[in-house]
Amino acid sequence: MIRKTLSIAAIAALATVAGQSAAEARDQIRIVGSSTVFPFSTAVAEQFGKSTDFKTPVVESTGSGGGMKLFCSGVGVEHPDITNASRRIKSSEFETCAKNGVTIVEVKIGFDGIVLANAKGGPDIALTKQQVFQALAKEVPMDGKMVPNPYKKWSDIDSSLPDTKIEVLGPPPTSGTRDAFVELAMEGGAKTYDDLKALRKSDKKAFKAVAHSMREDGHFIEAGENDNLIVQKLEANPNAVGIFGFSFLDQNADKIKGANVGGVEPTFENIAGGDYGISRSLYFYVKKEHVGVVPGISDFVGEFTSDKAWGDEGYLVDKGLIPLPTNDRSAIRQSALGLQPLTM
Amino acid sequence: MTEAVADAAPAIRRPDLSEARLSRRYAAERRFRLWGQLAILAAVAMLGLLVFSIAVKAIPAFTQSYIALDIVFDGDKIDPAGTRERNTLRRADYDGLIKDALKAQFPDVSDRRERRALYGMISSGGGLQLADMVLEDNTVIGSSQRVWLTASDDIDSFIKGLIPRDVPEDERRVKDIEIGWVDTLEASGAVETRFNTPFFTSGDSREPELAGIWGAAVGSFFTLLVTLLISFPIGVLSAAYLEEFAPKNKLTDLIEVNINNLAAVPSIVFGLLGLAVFLNFFGLPRSAPLVGGMVLALMTLPTIIIASRAALKAVPPSIREAALGMGASKVQVLTHHVLPLAMPGILTGTIIGMAQALGETAPLLMIGMVAFIVDIPGGITDPATVLPVQIYIWADSPERAFVAKTSAAILVLLAFLVLMNALAVVMRKRFERRW
Repeated sequence: MIRKTLSIAAIAALATVAGQSAAEARDQIRIVGSSTVFPFSTAVAEQFGKSTDFKTPVVESTGSGGGMKLFCSGVGVEHPDITNASRRIKSSEFETCAKNGVTIVEVKIGFDGIVLANAKGGPDIALTKQQVFQALAKEVPMDGKMVPNPYKKWSDIDSSLPDTKIEVLGPPPTSGTRDAFVELAMEGGAKTYDDLKALRKSDKKAFKAVAHSMREDGHFIEAGENDNLIVQKLEANPNAVGIFGFSFLDQNADKIKGANVGGVEPTFENIAGGDYGISRSLYFYVKKEHVGVVPGISDFVGEFTSDKAWGDEGYLVDKGLIPLPTNDRSAIRQSALGLQPLTM
Repeated sequence: MTEAVADAAPAIRRPDLSEARLSRRYAAERRFRLWGQLAILAAVAMLGLLVFSIAVKAIPAFTQSYIALDIVFDGDKIDPAGTRERNTLRRADYDGLIKDALKAQFPDVSDRRERRALYGMISSGGGLQLADMVLEDNTVIGSSQRVWLTASDDIDSFIKGLIPRDVPEDERRVKDIEIGWVDTLEASGAVETRFNTPFFTSGDSREPELAGIWGAAVGSFFTLLVTLLISFPIGVLSAAYLEEFAPKNKLTDLIEVNINNLAAVPSIVFGLLGLAVFLNFFGLPRSAPLVGGMVLALMTLPTIIIASRAALKAVPPSIREAALGMGASKVQVLTHHVLPLAMPGILTGTIIGMAQALGETAPLLMIGMVAFIVDIPGGITDPATVLPVQIYIWADSPERAFVAKTSAAILVLLAFLVLMNALAVVMRKRFERRW
């Protein structure tokens, strides 16, 4: 028995050594980053693997921030080649990258809309950004000072809104969707108040603290990272409103409907045209040092920026990506294929 | 009895054998049994409800619709030079052939939007299917053949009746015109729903109709293999040493306390450790079953050690003493007598630890196994993912058809767990010895 177990242990040790040698060379692209870009990146990776002789890239969903951390940690096959982000690279991240000798090529791939939606059976909702702020902020300005959010029902905010309890399901703070929502909708709403606008000029940090604090009295509910779950909860509770990415509204158009924000309906055309107020850009970043070392990176960038992928009728649009205007696309493709390094 | 105490007068206390007390005791026993049965019933009902709801949701994933098209394998389009070279044949525009076939079937579709919808009826994997046909036998070039192609996810859902016809068109994923096409095809016998074998044989895909569980199953197998190879010998050896050889002192007490504590450490911590030690320090590859298995081995080690020690402790001392008395050395006592007798318990503990490891995702997140991987792993250093991660990724995908896939994947995972637990029961039955 002992002899047997010892030989098993020896095999395990051998396998460990074999693993170490495997880490020295890599013939497969490794991609990390945002869970929002994940569906698009994986679609391109799969297509790329099928239509070329290169291996299918491995795509990890680590979140934008986590991806940047891995991506910027250095040059070499143990570090990823590409990172996806649902926001632009921060200057602090850029500095880390530069310090570790990473030259970045930025590729903007399209837009993603964030929608507020409720069940088909529920009331139609039309909001302004200010009303979104009023419904969801922890503290709102009233008679010149900040008071804890007094609004219990939508109709408390404006009589045109439904006479139901404010009940909003949204993503937790770890989510990129939450970041973008807070930045675009909540800050946008907060700015409509003169006091807060002045505060933003004088003390940006204090302004952000106000605008980014979601209420914690049960009217805003953190429903987890899974957008499908929010959709299911909306179905069960017609009075609740959910916050998630546009592609989930698109896929579930038979169950839920999007709320107008600032008088604009969250449709594909309105987001693509820039009319819908809560939309963000999506990116991926390429490590220039790895191009030519890990095979297939420039071909992958070529596939991602081809019309068949990100064009108006490309397969990424079927996956829910909202494409960039045609002129932007060709310019970005040019600079991406030319591996123009990002400067900041 | 209470009356007897209250009276305080009788010198001899006799048991109260009155009918009333007896029936009260029987009633209490019946009540207790009833509560016990109710508890079991509640547990079974909850489990049944869970499995039932998952199974119902999973049913659509086990079938897949196919559409038959008359494909013209036009030699001028596939291989204009006529070299029949593998690379040329691989890169040919097979999607174009499918489009041509669809155009021929529905010649009056001219609007660009409608054409796009028409082409979208066939899965994007269709071209690959034709490519495989040609690569396997290039004599099909020049012929015209009826090929069954995978329908795209929305059309598939419609054919299976998951998308009702009677809702307004703008709330339906499948538009009226597409329904018309499906009806025409169905009338001519060109639509079929078959058992979804690719689901069990292919790797992950972004297209629900092409996505399969096999890649994740193989990944889970390799990961668990590494886990078993590492944690079983180390676990059994440390348990045997601690139980049979180690002196009882402060140091061994400390080790024991630490092992027990380790069993309660949240699994994500092991993932962080794996990232810091295996990936960053030893430079092992990311997303590999090797590293996943090592991390999970750390996690299962305490379980195995504790179970093994309990099993060793349960072997009666008389057996040890008898063996020692016959002149066996301590190692001989252990390997010839105690370990074989403790084996059923050790194996049960190991399999329970393995089953726990099979369901883990949190420690794998850190070492890059929560990833989209299409290729089926061929070894322990290839990038791979595991079954619970596959479930998580599918549950997070926007495409509606992935809801059924998610449930189907859960069923596959449950099947594996049941299998492993059954194995534990069988092993115990086989090796069990009475004394």
